[in-house]
Amino acid sequence: MVGRPVSMHAMRGISAHANGFQTCRAVHLLQILLGTIDAPGGFRYKAPYPRPIPPAIKPTGKSGQVFPNEPLPGPPLGFVTSPDDLLIDEKGTPQRIDKAYSWDAPLAAHGMMHMVITNAAKKDPYGIDVLFMYMANMSWNSAMNVPDTIKYLTMKDETTGDYVIPKIIYSDAYASEMVHYADLILPDTTYLERWDCISLLDRPISEADGPADSIRQPVVAPDRDVRPFQTVLLDLGARLGLPGMTTAEGKPRYPGGYEDYIVNHERAPGIGPLAGYRGVDGTLSGKGAPNPDQLKRYIKNGCHFFHELAPEQKYFKHVNKIYLDFATGFGLIEAPNAIIHQLYCEPLQKFKLAAEGHGAVQPPETHRKRLIEAFDPIPNWYPPFEGKMIDETKFPMHAVTQRPMAMYHAWGSQNQWLRQILGRNWLYIAHQRAASLGIKDGDWVTLTSHHGQIRAQAKLMNGVNPDTVWTWNAIGKRSGTWGLENNAPESKQGFLLNHLISELLPEREGGYRFSNSDPVTGQAAWYDLRVRLEKAADVNGLSAPQFPDLKPVRAAQ
Amino acid sequence: MTMLPETTEKKLGLVIDLDTCVGCQACATSCKEWNAQGYSAPLEDEDPRGKDPHGPWLNRIHGYEVLDEVREDSRIVHFPRSCLHCETPACVIVCPTGASYKRAEDGIVLVNPDTCIGCKLCSWACPYGAREYDVKEGIMRKCTLCVDRIYNENFAEEDRIPACVRACPTSARHYGDLGDPNSDVSKLVKERGGFDLLPEMGYKPTNKYLPPRKRRDQAEEGREALPKSDRSMVDRLFALADSLLSGKAGPH
Repeated sequence: MVGRPVSMHAMRGISAHANGFQTCRAVHLLQILLGTIDAPGGFRYKAPYPRPIPPAIKPTGKSGQVFPNEPLPGPPLGFVTSPDDLLIDEKGTPQRIDKAYSWDAPLAAHGMMHMVITNAAKKDPYGIDVLFMYMANMSWNSAMNVPDTIKYLTMKDETTGDYVIPKIIYSDAYASEMVHYADLILPDTTYLERWDCISLLDRPISEADGPADSIRQPVVAPDRDVRPFQTVLLDLGARLGLPGMTTAEGKPRYPGGYEDYIVNHERAPGIGPLAGYRGVDGTLSGKGAPNPDQLKRYIKNGCHFFHELAPEQKYFKHVNKIYLDFATGFGLIEAPNAIIHQLYCEPLQKFKLAAEGHGAVQPPETHRKRLIEAFDPIPNWYPPFEGKMIDETKFPMHAVTQRPMAMYHAWGSQNQWLRQILGRNWLYIAHQRAASLGIKDGDWVTLTSHHGQIRAQAKLMNGVNPDTVWTWNAIGKRSGTWGLENNAPESKQGFLLNHLISELLPEREGGYRFSNSDPVTGQAAWYDLRVRLEKAADVNGLSAPQFPDLKPVRAAQ
Repeated sequence: MTMLPETTEKKLGLVIDLDTCVGCQACATSCKEWNAQGYSAPLEDEDPRGKDPHGPWLNRIHGYEVLDEVREDSRIVHFPRSCLHCETPACVIVCPTGASYKRAEDGIVLVNPDTCIGCKLCSWACPYGAREYDVKEGIMRKCTLCVDRIYNENFAEEDRIPACVRACPTSARHYGDLGDPNSDVSKLVKERGGFDLLPEMGYKPTNKYLPPRKRRDQAEEGREALPKSDRSMVDRLFALADSLLSGKAGPH
């Protein structure tokens, strides 16, 4: 076979638009037509990919499948291929609190975390008793529309006086903004204090030249009363008697905690979280019985495992018989069948046909037009909704964030070295645009969206599109959090774009407000944000909005 | 005044590639991590959780946007800054106590924390801003080239290099003997046109910097010409398909 060595690089930016799924498809279609798929120098698959398209796992949770005090009879996430697979009732009402796998976002294989709090507060599709979250800073930098999210987390029912979201349980290793809204905090360990596996069943460290996975091991003992969250989950599961976490006698199946689970859990016979050193003597790779010494073997090998493919297995893996046979034996796929790329996507067409009036399961009238537009079986382009549904002349610019390399996650701010490197963020603006607005380097500016307004301090540069402003992600903190003092620059000068981004789009026909997401996948459309930039006054050197100081966790009673 | 050795047996130092440094700060944090428990310990910070956190660092990375006036475009250049272990370092000569010294065996410039009186003359003499005053300890700090790693026989061979070099994910930092013209680092400097910072000062820095490469669309050499049509049947078929798809009338 002859391939073309054309490589393309993108991370999450392309998909974080309301048209992101189709744009991704278009890029992949181009790769297919160019012949770069798994060619030397082209787009290379990394194990566990390539996988059958779509994988034969359907989400569970239709009406009639979920009962109180009973485990879900199947996996909560999966790959729908037709309207019959949607998690909706006979009226078309979403069954999940985030409305994933409903007509709002039929192929929402990642769920729609950014909608949970809003939907729960609006009791749409229903109210909830308990909100249980882990390591997602949903009252701050992981939320769209922070001001309303904070309101929803503390909102009370006017007639009963009860909280609309009655109980919140939250697990985090750090004193993040979300911790302050929890009724019950489950303090987690840090990465240095617990076992983890970076598994081929999830998002492994694979190379194009072969499958690889890795572990983290505890290197320091916790000096406070904390437990690894995964171990806590296994404990909770055993106490609730969940079948996957208890033995036939009702005892905990993984009494040794998460490290016990990593070694002994089998998703299918012989297939567990770690692919290396399987079998009782540790000589098998991919498939094999659990090996009680598996973690020791990983540590001995530098905490990782790598199986290099033979030269004849390395390329065109989707149609490479030698590779497909290997992958089947290794447990990556179930059968050595060629994986054919679909230029025409039949599952999308099924949804489009339903929207056009065909079939037994049809969308509500409010959804038909948008489904017809978005579910084109051939990759297409349509304008992002935040551009189309608001007046672009009033909000002529784009605003985006990127993650700083030195501080990839929000929790970096509680590291006293990292906050010396990046203790606050700035709004970066192109020189020519700033000049036309009378903005000089260091001036304060306001950024206004259809939803809100922030005040930030400007830095001017050349290497940015004049129609776009940008800033570092998740540097801005709320005063009183993360163990920082109230006058920390992270909260007084730092800022978030999240305040400008609405989780709901403006009303559409029928008055329904859709999620600000890709209509196919439910991926949050962070990068559709449109803004107006203006020069502002310096108000005591403070960014805006400023929220009331939170009382530090360590001082709380 | 402190005397310098006439020559050194080796000239150990760093070669830093400004082309591949992406400004991730891994070298800076690894440096701080190693030195906060090694030779330069404790290297403490002031106001660590407050309004103005600051402390001594032996390696800092500055990011600059460099504008090409002709092309009217710009690129970001990240500039890691640490002690250059000069051959004739002014910082050593000005030291009144002999605390600052240059080692005859390998050329590393060090500060003896026991005899440093924190007078700061060295930091005024250094034109590179490579020395930082440790307010808590009242003495001067600087890059030691991880002298407590590079000779440490308890370490695996690949770890006997400065922490910053070990940490760099893009291999933009190289360590070796720049006094040996056949060393890998010397060859790299020759190949890539490595240069001294502020050579006009005359301190003969040991560390070298490799310049950013030209952007691919600016480089003249190595550009591949598009294949010419051979007017074969297949070629004409593709030309036709191209003209139909692009909506332009093609040369049939």
